[in-house]
Formats: sequence, C-alpha cells, structure tokens
Amino acid sequence: MKRQLNYCQAISEALVQGMEAHANAFLFGLGVDDCRGIFATTLEANRRFGPSRVFDVPASENALTGIAIGAALNGKHPILVHARNDFMFLALDQMVNNAAKWKYTYAGKSAVGMTVRAIVGKGWGQGPTHSQNLQAVFSHFPGLIVAAPSNAYDIKGLILKSLTEKNPVVIIEHRSLYYLSMPVPEEIYHVEFGKARIWREGKDLTIVATSVMVPEALKAAQVLSGHGIDIEVIDPVTIQPLDEATILHSVQKTGRLICADGDWLQCSFASEVAARMADKAFHDLKAPIKRVGWPECPAAVSKTLEENFHPTHKNIIRAALEILDKSISIPDADTKDTFVGPY
Amino acid sequence: MNPQDKKKLLDLMLKIRTVEEKIVEVYDRDQQMRTPTHLSIGQEAVAAALSLALTPGDQVFTGHRCHAAYLARGGDFQGFFDELCGRKTGVCQGRAGSAHLTDPAAGIFSSPILSAMMPVAVGAAMSFKMDANPQVAVAVFGDAAIEEGVFAESVNFAVTNHLPVLFLCENNLYSTHTPLSARQPKSPIFERMSIPEMKGQQLDGNDACLLYEKLHAAISHVRQLKGPLFIECLTYRVREHVGPSFDFDRGYRSQEEVEHWMERCPVALLTKQLIKENMLTASEAEAMRVHWKNKSDKAYEAALQAPWPEAADLEQFVY
Repeated sequence: MKRQLNYCQAISEALVQGMEAHANAFLFGLGVDDCRGIFATTLEANRRFGPSRVFDVPASENALTGIAIGAALNGKHPILVHARNDFMFLALDQMVNNAAKWKYTYAGKSAVGMTVRAIVGKGWGQGPTHSQNLQAVFSHFPGLIVAAPSNAYDIKGLILKSLTEKNPVVIIEHRSLYYLSMPVPEEIYHVEFGKARIWREGKDLTIVATSVMVPEALKAAQVLSGHGIDIEVIDPVTIQPLDEATILHSVQKTGRLICADGDWLQCSFASEVAARMADKAFHDLKAPIKRVGWPECPAAVSKTLEENFHPTHKNIIRAALEILDKSISIPDADTKDTFVGPY
Repeated sequence: MNPQDKKKLLDLMLKIRTVEEKIVEVYDRDQQMRTPTHLSIGQEAVAAALSLALTPGDQVFTGHRCHAAYLARGGDFQGFFDELCGRKTGVCQGRAGSAHLTDPAAGIFSSPILSAMMPVAVGAAMSFKMDANPQVAVAVFGDAAIEEGVFAESVNFAVTNHLPVLFLCENNLYSTHTPLSARQPKSPIFERMSIPEMKGQQLDGNDACLLYEKLHAAISHVRQLKGPLFIECLTYRVREHVGPSFDFDRGYRSQEEVEHWMERCPVALLTKQLIKENMLTASEAEAMRVHWKNKSDKAYEAALQAPWPEAADLEQFVY
C-alpha cells in the first residue's frame, strides 16, 4: 500500500525537503518555532534547521512581507507563514504595491521569489475575521501566483515548486483539509502552476471547485451518480495562473457548469470562471451557469449560523438539480466533518 | 574630510542639480517626460554625502523623490533620461518612470508609496547579516513616511534583530502641501524616533561636508552590527511637490520661506566653502557644472531619438 500523508504532514514534509534542497530558503512567521509549530506544520523544519533558518517574528504582517522582498532580491527564498489568512489584509500594501509588481516595474532586472503560506479557517466559531479567504483578492493583481490546494499531494508539490519560482507565490491553505489523507510520494516532486486536475470525469455537468469545496463537489457527484447524473469535477489547483483550457474543454463537453467556491461570490473566482465560460462557451451551454458560495454577510460564530454560512455538497446538489431540472431528496448521510476542535 | 572627497561631493551635487535643471528646462516645454516627477532641487546634499559614504555593495532604498539618490549612487545615466522619456532603453524599459527609478547594479531601488521601501531595506539588511556580508542597507524617506504604520514595524524588526540598516529621514517640512505642523507633534522627529536601542540624531541636511562625516560614522557603526540608527536631515524642497515649477502662488508656503532656504542652497554653500578653502576656483566649479550640463543635454537629445517600447513589450516581465 502506498504511503499516506494528510495535508498537514504533507506541508511539513515539503518544508523539510524544500529547505534541504534549497539552502537559500528560510521559514519565518509568528509562532513558526513555538511548541505548536503552526498546527504542527513547522515542527520538523524547526527541529531540523534551527533558529538560523526557522525563526519567530513580531506581529508585523506588512513589514514581514517587505522584509521577505528585501531578502529575496538578495538571493534568499523566504517562506512566510500567516496562521490566519485574514491578517494578510495588513500585508496588502507590500504584497500588491511591491511584491506583485517588482519584476515587471524593474524590467526583470530584479525579481522576488518568495512563498507565502496563508491559512483559511472554518468552523469552531472562527467568525467574521478568522475565516476569510483572500484568494480572489490576490489573484486580481498580475504578478502574483495564487494556489488553493485541495489535498495533500498537491500542497506538497506546490510548496516544492514555489521554492523554484522567481515570482511571489501565495498558497491558500485550508485548515478544514488538514487531516484528510491520501497517498503522497516520499520523494521531491513538483505540481505545476496553471494545470488543473480532473478528479472525476462525467458527461452531464461540470463542477469547478477550489480548496475545501473540492471534497464537497466530490460528495455531491457521488450522490448524484446514484441518480444517474454524471458529474465532472475540476480542481484548478492554481487560480492564477488559471488552466482555462481544461475548464473550457469540460464545459464544451457537458454544456453545464457550477462554480463552487469557499468565498463570497461578488467579484470572486467563481464569478471569474462563470464570466470566462459565458464568454468562450456560450453556444455550448445548455443551461445557465450556477455559482455556489457564501451568503452576502460576514461569517458568524454560532454553530447554527455557521452551518448556514458555509456551503456543502447539499448546496451543490441543489444547484445541479436546478440546472438539470430534476428533483431528488438529498440525503443527510456522509456530512461528518473530519475536523476535530479546538483550533 | 580630505580635499578630493570634498570635490567629489560637489561634483555629485552638481550632477544632481544640473540634471534636475535640465528637467525643469524641458519638462513643460517639450512634453516628452510624461511621468510625475518629484525634483530633488535643494535636497542634493543628503544623497551625495550618503553615496560617497557607502561602498559599492551597499543598497539604498528610497521613495518617489529618488532622482538625487539614483544619480548619486551612479544609476545608469543615459538610462535615467531614457526612462523619463518612456523609452525602451530606459533603465526599467519605460515601466518605472521617475518615481520608481531602480538600477540593481548600482544598488539603488525606489518605490513611491512613502514608506514602501523601509521593510525592503530591512529585509536586505537581514540577508546581509544572514550571509555575514559586511554590507549595509539604507532606507531614505521623507518626513511623512514615518506617519505610515510600516515604518514602526520596520524599525521594531530591525532593532530587535540588530540589523545593519540606517534609517535616513529627509525632513523637508511638507507632505505634498500639508505642513509638518498639521501632521506631527511639535517635538523634533529624531527625538521621537530615538529609543535606548536606536539613537536618533538630527543634522543640517544642507551642510554636505558635515553630512558626509556624520553619515560615514553612522554607516560604519551600522556595518559593524552595532545596531540600526535613525538620522533626521533638515532640508527643503525648493520646487513644487511634483513637477518643475515654483509654487509660491498656492498659498501653503510663502515666497519668503522658499527664498530663505534658497539662500541656504547646499550646492552654493559647498561651492563657496571650497573656494574659501582654496580647493577650487570659481571657474573650476563652473567647469564642473558645464561638464554635467553638456552630458545632460546630450543624454536628453539621445533619449528623444531612442526607440519606444512596442505593444508586444507590455505584458513582458509580469511572470
């Protein structure tokens, strides 16, 4: 049996192997060297490389991003960790005004290869300011690479790939995925940017899902297949660059599209995919495109409010039935969250 | 300070002043430099003294008013004029313009969100220290940059980690048209920025020789990893915030105030001093100016003949 790792272990292994292979790489962020080690993802790197390459920092998100830039333009490869994605709003100036534009503005004479790990929270009352997803924000600005890995294999390969990059790479991790396991090779490998993964082939409807919505899309596909509905599930892996060709090919085949995103829909990645397919696959579409995402309000803490906030496979199934003009009763089974609190 | 260094200092300041005056001459008249341009006229001494006190591997990170530091550090001269004229042969191929002038080979980097380059300077300093390289990073910024949050973050990080970085503030009293008094408490900036772990000092930013001596000492302190320093230089922007003109008519500062500072012109002060010290004659000083005037005229004419970027260049270098 192939070796299994969960998402969290895959991150840890990627950091250790990547820092071993790239002597210029260092890892920093609030708490990277403490006893918890960013939900255990940095413990092994800290043990292995010690304080010269794994070090704690003040809570200065914007400066840390600029510091990463200054180190990167002198040949280092910083890996900066934000234990909560939301704190990166404080780093937007450096991410957008400096990092994203560095190579372009200075005509390629100087480039800033750096990796930013940013973790999205969900559930356990993460609430308004600890469960946001900045994927759409970052992918808006040319110059940044934005990945939203849905599984252990991809996150290991993306982190390792990012260490060879000369552009800033933002890896949007999802805390809810941390304990999902799958076979992960022991050796170093790269997952390419801009190459989507087709998790499941189908002929009736395409679901494009990112990050935490990929397992939900696969659950939805499984339920629908029991009713003779054949779903194709595409995971873009990276949002910027985007493998538009794979999505387009699928939509041309199925003629139906759902974009499922763990984010608000206004100006979102789901909206971007919908717009592109409306533009390029209009005559192939047999039904309107549907988007599944968050309601237009901040996330709330209470369990019952939270349950109504985060879409699941049920929301996807409802959207699919509407598109296909079919009706089935949606089972409650198989909705157990793998995440065990507290955060 | 030895006579050769004093002459070098004057030469650098004349270079900056003469280039800036070339821009004044052609900016409105020719409409060829289509880039918001923040002139360094009146503030030449700080950049010149700093550059003379640095060694080639050191790195300077500055903001929108970057011409002086770029020219003093020896950023590509023809590339400067070509960049301002938006040409493909510009130092950044017409992508950067006046406010982002950057030539990594000369160790000069600029970005115009006032405080944007401070943490980058700190990061450069961190990499120097990691590699045990005896290089220093200098963040050069105006008085308003310390009002932005990342300044506090950058200083905190640099001091905590004993990084080889110098924070050099050019206090020219205004942020665009808003006076310092409307933006900050009355106490001097250097006193407010001085903490036990980072000594602040205030210098006359128009006294080039004094600046050189103090900056030379500060840089050697920083290079020896004795901790970051904060230096405030009192100086004055003679022309408008952005553009080539005087701005007496805008009501935010008086003609008397500008004239008071023009009497303290750093280039005239140093020229007078060197003549008085018999290191230079007036005609030698004039010859130095004419040298840069000829070079500027020629570089500007060459820039106008240089090729434009092509449409196909637009999306190059994003990734």
